[in-house]
Amino acid sequence: MAAPVFDVPEIKDEIEIPKLREGVMAHVKTFPATQPIQDFMGYPHELPEDWKERAIDKMGDLLGKYRSLKVFLDACVHCGACTDKCHYYLGTSDPKNMPVARQDLMRQVYRRYFTTAGKLFPKLVGAKDLTQDILGDWYNYYHQCSECRRCSVYCPYGIDTAEITMAGREILNHVGMGQKYSNEILGKVQKIGNNLGLPGPALEDTLEGLEEDIEADTGVAVKLPLDVKGAEVLLVTPSADFFSEPHVESLIGYAKVFHAAGISWTLSTHASEAGNFGLFNGNYDTMRKVAMRIRDSAIELGVKRIVVGECGHAWRVAYSFWNTLTGLGYGGNDPFSIEFQKQLDPNYPQPQHICELTNDLIKSGKIRVDPSLNDDLVVTYHDSCNVARASRMGTEPGGQFAIPRELIRSVVNNFHDMADGTIGEATFCCGGGGGILTDDLLEVRVKGALPRATALNNVVKEHKVNFMAMICAICKAQFTKVLPKYGFDMSMVGGVHQLVSKAIKLDKAE
Amino acid sequence: MGLSTVTMIYAGMFYIAALVLAIGLVYKIVDYSRTPAPLKIPTTPAPTTRSGVIYRMAKEVVVFESLFKANKWIWVFGWLFHFGLLLVLLRHLRYFTEPVWFWVDIIQPFGKYASFMMVIGMLGLLARRFLVDRVRYISTPSDYLMLVLLIAIGVTGMLMTFVVHTDIVALKMFFMGLMYFDVQPVPGDPILLIHLALVAFLMLIFPISKLLHAPGLFFSPTRNQVDNPRESRHIAAWAAKLDQTK
Ligand code: HEM
Ligand code: HEM
Ligand code: SF4
Ligand code: SF4
Repeated sequence: MAAPVFDVPEIKDEIEIPKLREGVMAHVKTFPATQPIQDFMGYPHELPEDWKERAIDKMGDLLGKYRSLKVFLDACVHCGACTDKCHYYLGTSDPKNMPVARQDLMRQVYRRYFTTAGKLFPKLVGAKDLTQDILGDWYNYYHQCSECRRCSVYCPYGIDTAEITMAGREILNHVGMGQKYSNEILGKVQKIGNNLGLPGPALEDTLEGLEEDIEADTGVAVKLPLDVKGAEVLLVTPSADFFSEPHVESLIGYAKVFHAAGISWTLSTHASEAGNFGLFNGNYDTMRKVAMRIRDSAIELGVKRIVVGECGHAWRVAYSFWNTLTGLGYGGNDPFSIEFQKQLDPNYPQPQHICELTNDLIKSGKIRVDPSLNDDLVVTYHDSCNVARASRMGTEPGGQFAIPRELIRSVVNNFHDMADGTIGEATFCCGGGGGILTDDLLEVRVKGALPRATALNNVVKEHKVNFMAMICAICKAQFTKVLPKYGFDMSMVGGVHQLVSKAIKLDKAE
Repeated sequence: MGLSTVTMIYAGMFYIAALVLAIGLVYKIVDYSRTPAPLKIPTTPAPTTRSGVIYRMAKEVVVFESLFKANKWIWVFGWLFHFGLLLVLLRHLRYFTEPVWFWVDIIQPFGKYASFMMVIGMLGLLARRFLVDRVRYISTPSDYLMLVLLIAIGVTGMLMTFVVHTDIVALKMFFMGLMYFDVQPVPGDPILLIHLALVAFLMLIFPISKLLHAPGLFFSPTRNQVDNPRESRHIAAWAAKLDQTK
């Protein structure tokens, strides 16, 4: 199927709030998951006869399990504070891409079946019977949300549309309306070990090839060990790092850091993927199963530390959920986690972000860097949404903003932030997160990148920025694809450890 | 002394409204607190300690911090409305306390003029629903009616305060009577009767409407959770069962 043609929005001087245009994105439907994909996940592959009961039952089930969903569906006062906060609304002007309107797609059904007011006076409170049209709307618009949580920063009650989107996709899955892209990946990661479906031997080959490249390049035999029992650190990184550009440059960066610091480390075939698309679909079980691979590998390899590579949603799952899902962290008081936590070295945060690790090593003088090696670059930094609004680094709130910037500033001499209101907790999503990074949603991705492209354009004009650093595999893939549509060169996009890789001194420090 | 039909109706109405309000709110609050939050989802940067969370919540409740970041117009009108409402309601405590608490006496003059803050705030919010295309798009009939209802309560109240005074002493006897289950006649002033009927209606719909935002805010996991997932294991009862199956 050929991708539909669409106009790329024009970059203006400032991010503008468009007048709404109803239905302009109603034609965008992501490819549905086929039968084998749905079968593996245990979902039906077509609308079952009793779809309505199933959908309502599932909604009831989720309402009982997630306080977030229940409170968020009740509490919204339709104040409108979030209406101009979503990059998909700003980029498409379709009103159903306003966070509150996206929530209302589910809230109208919730009110009809689960609230007194909606049962008695549906018209008055905007409650509606569930119909196939409404399911269709869910399918469209719950796949035009990257679950970036920007709306939750601004809502006076912290209503996080991402939670609604996740629940919506979970319900859709239960009535046979799964998304091909995400569900296929969830199959691969569980069957093979990573989202790309790269089997063990291929991974081994790739790593050997990279070792040769690094040695040819630097004259130093930097290793990329795989499945080494007894290593100190298990590095879990998105599989895109193994062979996508520019991702692989960061992988080389991590390897050089471990080499220079003299830390023994390993990758794992079984856990050759940090990403966890279970997050995107709101299914706790799936997310847990995918996360358990990390625990199992860590136990199997007997490592003392777990470090996570550059990936936004993976860091959210690792930082915020691994302890809950798998006991990987501290403070467990049940047999399931106590046993595992004893194995981990209490001198380090568990899990630790690669930026935390590298930044500490540089600050303590354990590795040395020469920022002038990056003098050809004028760098800015894109805060990835899941890192910014759903996780932390270091010990202080906001460490997720400070630590990557501190690290960048230690390896480059020219750094300029983009405008306030587009970075930090207010950062704009790349437009491709949350299970949207697929070509059948290219129109959504390109339009959703408009706010970020606008902010970037301004620092390019003002400061001659020629490199946008980031710590997310999805952001990297998304930007290399969509920024060229806005006239930027794709070589502007790269990882923070790509910069580290260029600046690091490989001879060991004293 | 026989009680008039109007008195009986109003007495019955307020008993029912008070019951619905109390039972409805308790039901909702118990329901919220019993529903688990299986995952750590605070919107970060978030406080890393309990006391930090209390400070964050206090800022949300008192100065509407997130709303301030989001939109200055909604913030100004919303804050005028709510702060005005608070002062007005505190001032109303004098109908339900004997002797009147000293601090309720102190705020009497402020409470009186706070009604202007309240009504102006609501008119601003109502205007936004008509004027801003995005807000118009998301508004349901109940959103307009809720504001109209509150404005009507405010305006009838202000009519009594500033234009045609009502018999406060008799009114107080009526409400104190209700509280001690010794029903006294309700004053027959029509504006007061309208004010009271609307208030009873507000109490009735409170637990089944978007006014649940008031208790809801305190249960919002993105605001009330401590950011410490690496340091302590957070797990819901239904999720902990999975640990046994591995
Ligand atoms: C803990 C107490 C409360 C807090 C923190 C709170 C907070 C808020 C906030 C932040 C908004 C959104 C901004 C706005 O539109 O004003 C709002 C809206 C609203 N609140 Fe409250 N509120 C509280 C209690 C109440 C109570 C007791 C009432 C009524 C009796 C009320 C009635 C409303 C109404 C009607 C709106 C919607 C206004 C509109 O249509 O735009 N609130 N509240
Ligand atoms: C059972 C509950 C209530 C009773 C008995 C009551 C009674 C009254 C009375 C007698 C006045 C006139 C005061 C005077 O002449 O000085 C008044 C004023 C007023 N009432 Fe109420 N009221 C009640 C609830 C409410 C509620 C829930 C609101 C707001 C949502 C409200 C808003 C106002 C306002 C804005 C005024 C004018 C300003 C003031 O005098 O404080 N009332 N009320
Ligand atoms: S979570 Fe992000 S993408 Fe989804 S509605 Fe909110 S702002 Fe938009
Ligand atoms: S900001 Fe929150 S309360 Fe206001 S409309 Fe959006 S979701 Fe609803």
